Amino acid sequence: MNKQLFTDPLVDNNPITRQVLGICSALAVTVKLEQALVMTLALTFVLTMSNVIVSLLRKYIPSSIRIIVQLTVISTLVTLIDKTIAAYMYDLSKELSVFIALIVTNCIVMGRADAFAMQNNVKNSFFDGLGNGLGYGIILILVAFFRELFGFGTLLGYIIIPEEYNNGLMLLAPGAFIILGLIIWAQRSLTTFVEE
Amino acid sequence: MRNKYIFILSLTFVCSLLLALFSEGLKPKTIFNKELDKKKNILETIGINIAMMSNDEILSSFNENINEITLDLNGNKAHDMQHSQLVAFENNITGELKYMYGNIEYLPAFISEPKNALIIPISGKGLWSSLYGYFAVDLTNFNTVKGITFYQHGETPGLGAEITKDWFKSSFVGKEIYSNNVLNSIRVTKAGNADKNNLNEVDGISGATITGRGVETLLKRDLNRYEVFFRKNK
Repeated sequence: MNKQLFTDPLVDNNPITRQVLGICSALAVTVKLEQALVMTLALTFVLTMSNVIVSLLRKYIPSSIRIIVQLTVISTLVTLIDKTIAAYMYDLSKELSVFIALIVTNCIVMGRADAFAMQNNVKNSFFDGLGNGLGYGIILILVAFFRELFGFGTLLGYIIIPEEYNNGLMLLAPGAFIILGLIIWAQRSLTTFVEE
Repeated sequence: MRNKYIFILSLTFVCSLLLALFSEGLKPKTIFNKELDKKKNILETIGINIAMMSNDEILSSFNENINEITLDLNGNKAHDMQHSQLVAFENNITGELKYMYGNIEYLPAFISEPKNALIIPISGKGLWSSLYGYFAVDLTNFNTVKGITFYQHGETPGLGAEITKDWFKSSFVGKEIYSNNVLNSIRVTKAGNADKNNLNEVDGISGATITGRGVETLLKRDLNRYEVFFRKNK
């Protein structure tokens, strides 16, 4: 049971490619691998912690204000991680600019808190959060890998492809759309999943 | 019914307490980062490549290259004033910063003898946000541009935020702020419209015309404030 909660969102029920959530940041912070890695860590932390906290409080949260409570928890966590990144990775926090703060509005976080953590125990919620965070991260890193490789010709800053073969399209949003589309296509043809 | 209010009140209390403690704890580090970032930007305006430097190297390079000076509104050096004594007030409509000591306004600036440059702080409104940065001109003719940087802004990544990119910043280098002995500053045209041979204009950013216009306006305004000093020392 626990294992499935963790592994399902990694591929078969991936929040980005299957549920098509969290697309905004998947397009925005995947220009460089480093950004995608930090974003993955930040989102996984927020998602796991918010799932755990909401699950801990689930029996006490009055149902009429449950969305407000979830939002308060989520935005507190996001602010904590935003401040931490600004203190220890200042240059990166400038590059990521608003996108760390925008984790608050990431549909995956709210979605898991309301749909899963409100009904399940702490342990299961923890694994569900971790799985969904990493599932999101896998796609982010995959997209960033191709965008940095073909856009800048580098990986984590190391030069792989000489500058004259770089493709500027990869650095713009359409580059992310195309790669994301290809990944979704590849996954759906492999798993023969069809949207009803 | 009452339960609901008690719950949300205590939750907000715990959360805000946590945030306040965290923010206070990280404050020294955040302030250090901001100061370091400003120094990096000042060094960048005079063409020093800081990309490979460690924090200590940046600080020592700053001490070697840069001296702060404070000017009064007549363009004379106020020898007993230091930047740290000045308090910055921002005009919320134009984004202009005024540096005050009590009721008296001063103009802070930096001089780099080794690089022969005068560096002034610049600020003003872009599209969504205030832009803050530095601008460097030649210390002998007060005309040739040495460089420009922006260390803080809230413009859209990929559009207005391009002002921090090398292609935009380097397009200012070598341009001139005077034309026919009048301080006309530098025009930021629509993307692709700038004449390469015209020393008074640079290309704007595609999709961010208003940010470019903001840069043009703030440059002209802030350069005008320092013009008395330029005229006196030319």
